[in-house]
Amino acid sequence: MNPPASSPATVVSLRGITTRFGRNVVHEELDLDVARGEIVALVGGSGSGKTTLLRHIIGLTRPAAGTVQLFGELLQAGDRSARLSRQRRFGVLFQQGALFSAFTVGENIAFPMRELGIMSAAEIDDLVALKLAMVEMEPEHSVLMPAELSGGMVKRAALARALALEPELLLLDEPTAGLDPERSASFVRLIRALHGDLGLTVVLITHDLDTLAAMASKVAVLADRRILSYAPLEETLRVDHPFIERFFRGAQGQRALARATGAN
Amino acid sequence: MSPGGQAEARQGGSLVLTPASARLSGDWTLRALGPQLPGLRRQLRMASADAAWSLEAVERLDSFGATLLWQAWGRRWPTQLSLRPAHRQTLERVARSAERPLPQLSAFTPIDAVVALGGALIAFLAHVRDFVALLGQIFLDLLHVLRHPRDWPWLEISANVHKVGVKAMPVTALVGFLIGVVLSYLSSLQLKVFGADVFIVNILGLGIIRELGPVLVSVLVAGRSGSAMTAQLGVMRVTEEIDALAAMGVSCSLRLVLPKVIALGLVMPLLVLWTSTIALLGGWVSAWVELDLSLRYFVDALPDAVPVANVYIGLSKGAVFGVLIALVACHFGLRVKPNTESLSANTTASVVTAITAVILVDALFAIATKSIGIPG
Repeated sequence: MNPPASSPATVVSLRGITTRFGRNVVHEELDLDVARGEIVALVGGSGSGKTTLLRHIIGLTRPAAGTVQLFGELLQAGDRSARLSRQRRFGVLFQQGALFSAFTVGENIAFPMRELGIMSAAEIDDLVALKLAMVEMEPEHSVLMPAELSGGMVKRAALARALALEPELLLLDEPTAGLDPERSASFVRLIRALHGDLGLTVVLITHDLDTLAAMASKVAVLADRRILSYAPLEETLRVDHPFIERFFRGAQGQRALARATGAN
Repeated sequence: MSPGGQAEARQGGSLVLTPASARLSGDWTLRALGPQLPGLRRQLRMASADAAWSLEAVERLDSFGATLLWQAWGRRWPTQLSLRPAHRQTLERVARSAERPLPQLSAFTPIDAVVALGGALIAFLAHVRDFVALLGQIFLDLLHVLRHPRDWPWLEISANVHKVGVKAMPVTALVGFLIGVVLSYLSSLQLKVFGADVFIVNILGLGIIRELGPVLVSVLVAGRSGSAMTAQLGVMRVTEEIDALAAMGVSCSLRLVLPKVIALGLVMPLLVLWTSTIALLGGWVSAWVELDLSLRYFVDALPDAVPVANVYIGLSKGAVFGVLIALVACHFGLRVKPNTESLSANTTASVVTAITAVILVDALFAIATKSIGIPG
C-alpha cells in the first residue's frame, strides 16, 4: 500500500449523513468538507445536532446513513491499529473538559503519551511542561487535581491534553462556554496562536458570537437538518434564512460583529 | 542533500552522522518518527552536541521531535547549528519550557512515614468528630420535628422505606432461604449420627432468630442500601445539589439524612422478621428431606425450643443495626469530594465500616444479653 499522499487537502469529509433518534430525524443527507488549515465554526440552534455531528467525526456515534472520512480515509477503515493511529491524529476538547478526576493535571496530559508507549519518561516530563507552557499554565499547576482548578484552567488543561499527541485536527465543543468574557477572549487568542504555530485544522461548536467572529475562517450553519450555509462570516450574513436572521442579527450579534470588524 | 533523500524522508526523519557533523532530514514529527524511534535514539546517543548540526533538510519538526533533539543535545544549544527559522521557533519553545521543569515528588523518607501515621490519626479523629457532629445534628433535628410536627419529612421517609425495605425483600429472602437450607443440611448430617434429629429445631431456631437473621440482613443491607446511600449523597455533593438545598433554606440533615436513618431503623426489624422466617422455612425444607421432619412438628416445637425473648432480641438488634448502617452511610456520603477516586473510596469505606460496626455491636449485644432467652 502506498503511504497517503503528503497531506490530503480535505481533513474532514462528511457525505450524506443521516441521523435519527427514534422518530426524530436530526440530520438528513448532510454534507460538509473541512479543508486543511481552516477554523470552522459549527453553529445551530439548541437540539440541531451540532454535538452529535462532532461525535460522528470522533467516532463515538455512527450515523444511520452516510460516511465520515478523516484525512482522506473512512473513519471505520483498516484494522485496529490503523484506526487507532487515525484517532491519534486528532485531539478533542470536551465541553466540560473531561479531565480524569483521579489524576493530577500533569498525569492527565501525560496519559495519552504513556498510552502511545514509545516515549521515555524524561521526554514525557519535558513534553508535559511544554504543553502546559503552550496553554499558558505554570509547571506548578501540573501537581494540582482537576477539582482544584477554576473553569478556565480546566479548559486549558483539557486543551493541553488534547494537544498531547501533536494532533493535526482539533475538535472543540463549546470551548468558551462558562468562561467570563476576558478569559473567553484569552482562550480564543490562545487557540488562534496555536492554530498559527502548529498548523492545526480546527472544528469548533460555539454559541458565542464573539468567539465565532474572532476565530472562524468559515462558518457552517446547521439548520433544517443540513448545512444551510458554509462560507466565511461576511457571506454567511448575506444568506436569507430565519435562523441566520435571529442568530446573527440580534442585538448581541450586531455588537459582536461590530467589535470584530472594528478589530480587523 | 539530494532531492532523492528528501523524497525518501517523507516517511520519517533520518540522521546521517559523521564524527564532526550530524545532518538531519525528513519529517521529525511524532507520527513520522514512531516506527524507527529506537534506532534513531541509539544514533542520537552516539552524536555529540559539539558536532556541527544541520537541520536545514528537515521538512517538519513538531514539539516531540524538538524534545528528542533537545534531550540528545544535553539540554543546551549545540555550538554549531543551522536550521530554518520556523524550526528554530519550535526548538526555542522547547528550550524555554525545559528551563522550568515540572515539580518532582520527593522520595519516601522515614519522616514521611511519621507524617503518614500522624495524618492517619488526624483523619481518624476527624471521622470521629464528624460522626459525633452528625449524631448531634440528627438529635437536634429530631427535637425540632417533635416540636414542629408539620416538618416531619414523611414523604422522604416513605420513599426510603420503599427503597431500602420493600425492594430489598426478594434478595434477603433468597439469601436467607439458601443459608437456612445449607445450615440445616449440614447440621442434620451431624445430628443423624447421634440420633438427635429433633434438636435441629433448637439449632435452627436459636441460631437464625437470635444471631444469623439480624447479622445476615445487616450485611446485605449495608452492601445494597448503605452503598447506594453513600453514592447518592456523594454525587449530590459533587453536583452541588446539597448546596442548592442549603441555599433554599432546606436542611440537608433533616431532609436527606434523618429520613434514611428513620426508614432503615423502622424497616430493618421487619426485614429481620421476614428473612428469619424464610430462613427457617428453608431449614425446614432441608430437615424434611434429610430427616423426614413434618412442618407441623417443626412449628409446634419451635416455641418450646426458642424462648420468645430471642425474637425481641433479634428485632431490636435489627433496629439498632439499621440506624447504624444509615448513619455510617450518610457520614461517608457527606465526605465525598468532587472526584471519582473519592467517590469509590468513600463508598467502599462506608460498606466496610458499616459491616465491621454491625459485628462489633453484635458482640456487645451478645455480652449484654447473655442471660436472656437461653433455654435450659
